[in-house]
Amino acid sequence: MKQTIEIKILSEPKFLKIVRAAVSHVTEIMGFPQDEINNITLAVDEACSNIIKHAYGGQSDQPIRVLLQLYDDRLEVILKDVGKKVAADDIKSRDLDDLRPGGLGVHLIRSVMDVVNYNIRSTKGNRLQLVKFLRRKGS
Amino acid sequence: MEIKVDERSNCAILKITGDVDLYSSPLVRSQIIHLVNKKQFNLLVDFTDITYMDSSGVATLVEALQMTHRNHGKLRLFNMRQAIRDVFELSRLDKVFDIYDNEELATRGI
Repeated sequence: MKQTIEIKILSEPKFLKIVRAAVSHVTEIMGFPQDEINNITLAVDEACSNIIKHAYGGQSDQPIRVLLQLYDDRLEVILKDVGKKVAADDIKSRDLDDLRPGGLGVHLIRSVMDVVNYNIRSTKGNRLQLVKFLRRKGS
Repeated sequence: MEIKVDERSNCAILKITGDVDLYSSPLVRSQIIHLVNKKQFNLLVDFTDITYMDSSGVATLVEALQMTHRNHGKLRLFNMRQAIRDVFELSRLDKVFDIYDNEELATRGI
């Protein structure tokens, strides 16, 4: 069974805290362990930050939709924006041996989530799907 | 987020309270630049009350590390909770930074 929680914010960095709080509570309700709650919250936060920085070029008045879809075995997070399309080449993880500020967000998202899909069926803006499966005790 | 700076003769300790994210990390960055411009090249960051850090916070500290090293100084981090240490480990930067358990160890030898 799927249950959906939708959060709509403007692309204003101070509102990221609201998304983090929601993701943290939802993953806790779903029964994720604390380290995964922290990691999923980080991944969704990083994805929203990337929308603000790259799709909207730092504009703070643009819409971001975050859909949290709760399944029995997984959390699916869909992030939608109507900003500049982000090219696939721009969303690769960077070489971590290259010590420089920035570019870590995508690496963190890919490290944490089980599935990361950009731009599926999206005609305008960007659509990002993040999936994390619940690991049952003993499995 | 709030930053308090304790300037000593041989170092400055930045005590940060709250979340360091895309919204607040520019404030941390400007404080660090301010200290480096004042020729304070030994910087310590007290993580006791940092409740969250994202990649923009980590990137700010990478920049601080480069600024202090360029000037033959040190950047030391201390009293980091496990959830934040995990972010450094995921970033594979936990070995790049000098991370200490407490202030006493972090200030030793500076």
